[in-house]
Amino acid sequence: MSGFTPASSMPVFVHRSRRGAELVLLILALAVGIGAYAAVGLGVKEEIPVDIVGYGTWLVALLVAAHIGVRLLAPYADPVLLPLVAMLNGFGLAVIHRLDLSRPAAEKADFAGQQLTWMTIGVALFLITLFVVPDHRMLQRFTYTAGLGAVVMLILPMLPIIGKEINGARIWINLGPVSFQPGEVAKVLLVICFAGYLAVHRDALALAGRRFAGIDLPRGRDLGPLLMMWAISLAILVLQRDLGSSLLFYGLFVVTLYVATERKGWIVVGGVLFAGGVFAAISLFSHVRVRVLTWLNPFDYYPEPLNGTSSEQLVQGLFGMAWGGMIGRGFGSGQPWRIPYANSDFIVPAIGEELGLTALLALLLCYGLIVERGLRTAIVARDDFGKLLAVGLATSVALQTFVVVGGVTGLIPLTGLTTPFLSYGGSSLVANWVIVALLLRVSDQSRRPLPTAPSDEDLAAEETQIVKLDKGALNK
Amino acid sequence: MNRPIRTLSVGCLILFVALMLNLTYVQFFKANWYNDRADNRRVTEEAYSQQRGDILVGKKAIATSKPSDDTYKWQRTYPGGKKYAPITGFMSFSFGQTGIERSQDSVLSGKDNKLFTNRLVDLVTNSEPAGGNVELTIDPKVQDAAYEGLTALGEDVQAAAVAIEPNTGKILAMASTPTYNPDKLATHDFGAATKSYNQLSKDENEPLLNRSIQTALPPGSTFKLVTAAAAIENLGMDGDSMVYGGASLDLPGTTTDLPNLNGTSCGGEQITLTHALEVSCNTAFGSLGMELSDEEMQEQAEGFGFGQDYLDDIGPLAKSQYPPNDGKAEQARAAIGQQSVIATPLQMAMVSAGIANGGEVMKPYLVDRVTSSSLDVIDQGNPTTIDNQPAVSQDTAEILTQMMVSTVDNGTAEAAAIDGVSVAGKTGTAQTTKDKPPYAWFTSFAPAENPSIAVAVMVQKSGTERSEIAGGRLGGPIAKAMMEAAIS
Repeated sequence: MSGFTPASSMPVFVHRSRRGAELVLLILALAVGIGAYAAVGLGVKEEIPVDIVGYGTWLVALLVAAHIGVRLLAPYADPVLLPLVAMLNGFGLAVIHRLDLSRPAAEKADFAGQQLTWMTIGVALFLITLFVVPDHRMLQRFTYTAGLGAVVMLILPMLPIIGKEINGARIWINLGPVSFQPGEVAKVLLVICFAGYLAVHRDALALAGRRFAGIDLPRGRDLGPLLMMWAISLAILVLQRDLGSSLLFYGLFVVTLYVATERKGWIVVGGVLFAGGVFAAISLFSHVRVRVLTWLNPFDYYPEPLNGTSSEQLVQGLFGMAWGGMIGRGFGSGQPWRIPYANSDFIVPAIGEELGLTALLALLLCYGLIVERGLRTAIVARDDFGKLLAVGLATSVALQTFVVVGGVTGLIPLTGLTTPFLSYGGSSLVANWVIVALLLRVSDQSRRPLPTAPSDEDLAAEETQIVKLDKGALNK
Repeated sequence: MNRPIRTLSVGCLILFVALMLNLTYVQFFKANWYNDRADNRRVTEEAYSQQRGDILVGKKAIATSKPSDDTYKWQRTYPGGKKYAPITGFMSFSFGQTGIERSQDSVLSGKDNKLFTNRLVDLVTNSEPAGGNVELTIDPKVQDAAYEGLTALGEDVQAAAVAIEPNTGKILAMASTPTYNPDKLATHDFGAATKSYNQLSKDENEPLLNRSIQTALPPGSTFKLVTAAAAIENLGMDGDSMVYGGASLDLPGTTTDLPNLNGTSCGGEQITLTHALEVSCNTAFGSLGMELSDEEMQEQAEGFGFGQDYLDDIGPLAKSQYPPNDGKAEQARAAIGQQSVIATPLQMAMVSAGIANGGEVMKPYLVDRVTSSSLDVIDQGNPTTIDNQPAVSQDTAEILTQMMVSTVDNGTAEAAAIDGVSVAGKTGTAQTTKDKPPYAWFTSFAPAENPSIAVAVMVQKSGTERSEIAGGRLGGPIAKAMMEAAIS
């Protein structure tokens, strides 16, 4: 926007739109995605896949559409976010395709094809979100609706008929031919709800209330709805046996609260509550205890299960990563089929086996960059709600990455979560594309030049206008 | 709200750094720990389907990998067959590895750091990594002689023969019977391999054992060489020194006597030390054992390698031992290779080799050279001694050599005599229980003036008579054939 001059006399930093940079980065991201697809074909079957033209064209079409959508709908949005997620999504598709190829003939499946369909839906929702949400502040109106929606989403899998239990976690619903994890939608709704509520109540939470043991305790009525929200989601998740999501939601809650109130005390309170919760969960729930035990001593549960518990998945993942070493065995030369569910929760060890530590560090760097761009958006955001929304969205990516990558690499106990943008799983992919759309929306709002308020000079230059008044109006 | 957001970003940074550090730990620092685990199927299958290097004797491969069109790309085969099985060992999927396959695994599989540059080249040229080759010190002719001699004793005879080059320590032959066919354990037909393994491990004749290094038994009269060495070194004797040669030796503190095998004297009350060795006189060496202190005997035995771990190239090695004795009676029995003295055939070959090499006992080794897949020499076996000081002085070695030559020319070891070559030798018989036949031993070297081979043969269990064994009739001819193979 070269013709723009700041309204006030104070010099104001003006962001450039940087759409050109985004396009260049997107081309790089496409090169990674399509290149990885070709490398999979070369590595596994020693030929470039025959469908690479169709596949590549589709991928290019999707991302060009996303790019044009951003140009039109959010021209000042952050230029790095879209290329990053495009790269991760495209690379993930190639890895899922590689894992499809490693399946025995009897269990042939085309998860990559399904994932491409989900990606298409994801990009469509990305564009729709940018279109129907021209200003993120309008979401604040739906604070309580979003909260209610999140609860409904979390309850859905518990209902008979549509609810479905897979591998001990009751977090799925049947929608005709496809299954869906409403928890992924709940994640986005909760972020909106937390941000909306805290933007309004942050002063009350921070200032009103009593001080106890060096920590400012808020009034019960300010805290009530939040604690209730938190308790309900956690209760449902413990009942659904989905540890990963519990951890994610709780973390989101504490972080947003801390940022809103600017009080470190909340981190302390949150940490204490978390430690208590972990302790209670370990002593109360056997499925939590088992996760901790297999984390501490994975080789007690491998190769033979102990007390019906096996750490096969974790150990095979660790073996795979060790086997891959620094640079990996190369596509087609590893044995990722040894890891159960390699294409969803355990995609990171599968990548580590064939592409090595180098690839995993590069991927983690990409995730780190997404979080960094998200938090940067929060810092430059001009309104409280925007800041909190961006914080929540960025934190959800950071926590989800940490929980799943830390889990499969043995840093923390294993909890089931998908790796954002990489793993096979429609609900997660779609939800994450919406998260990126919302981040871009906040970023567009905060980087966009301020609307020009007419200056004194401007006003003086204008001729005095005579306003004719209606007689009838005067007489009234 | 920007301050907590900045704090939060530092928190996120810490999370990501923690993930990266942990990944580096798993994939780099701890990777070998995971890769070395026996329950890691990736690694075991990879090892199993890999092209391993060859184990070579001369130019001939006794173990090699040939392409296979089943799940595993390479099949390990053993052209050396039963003859070389105790050396090569086997490489099986379910029962691990033994022999050279085990001890030289890092070279054969290409993982050894000596092969680092080759691995790098393989990586850059994208060629499949190939293992290094192991060339053995074995002389195929001597090995043939040893194996043929042992198998001629009979199907189930438990026996072993080993030969060393005295001035280097190179192992020239290492045979053990009964033996097995390693191909049957290496086969990709795991059912058949399991069946073969179970059969072999249940067999009471223990065919999987490499008796030349893994069976330590009382060495009997061959141990008299050590006693004679100690007597010459410590009591200032020589071949003509007179020793007691009566029919029976009174053992102090016991009611039993130590008799000669045939119950008669060794040719008089007083005989020369040389004659005592010629006729393998129990009473003579028993009395020397009492004359010497137990420490002197122990020191002499250790000088030849008893109680030491001197074999790096193949294992596990059963340790030969001369344990301390409580009294004179025990010392007397130990001096004739009974009591709790035990030795492996390799150890007895080292006694002969030490005498042959002027008292210097060389460290035995089996791996002559390690070469890369492109045949560059990467490592070479080096002759070294087992101790800093010789087992006996040069003079003592010469006296002992004369006595051993005389034992072949005029005494019990005549079976090993070779026309036109002076051979030094000693027979041995060790008692077991009354109803079981004794172990037969034979050790020798040749040519006496410039020895090129030292041999030990041990027959643990044969169907033959007690008296026949004493004459060295079982081990003698085998030792002779091995020496002839080396000299010709």
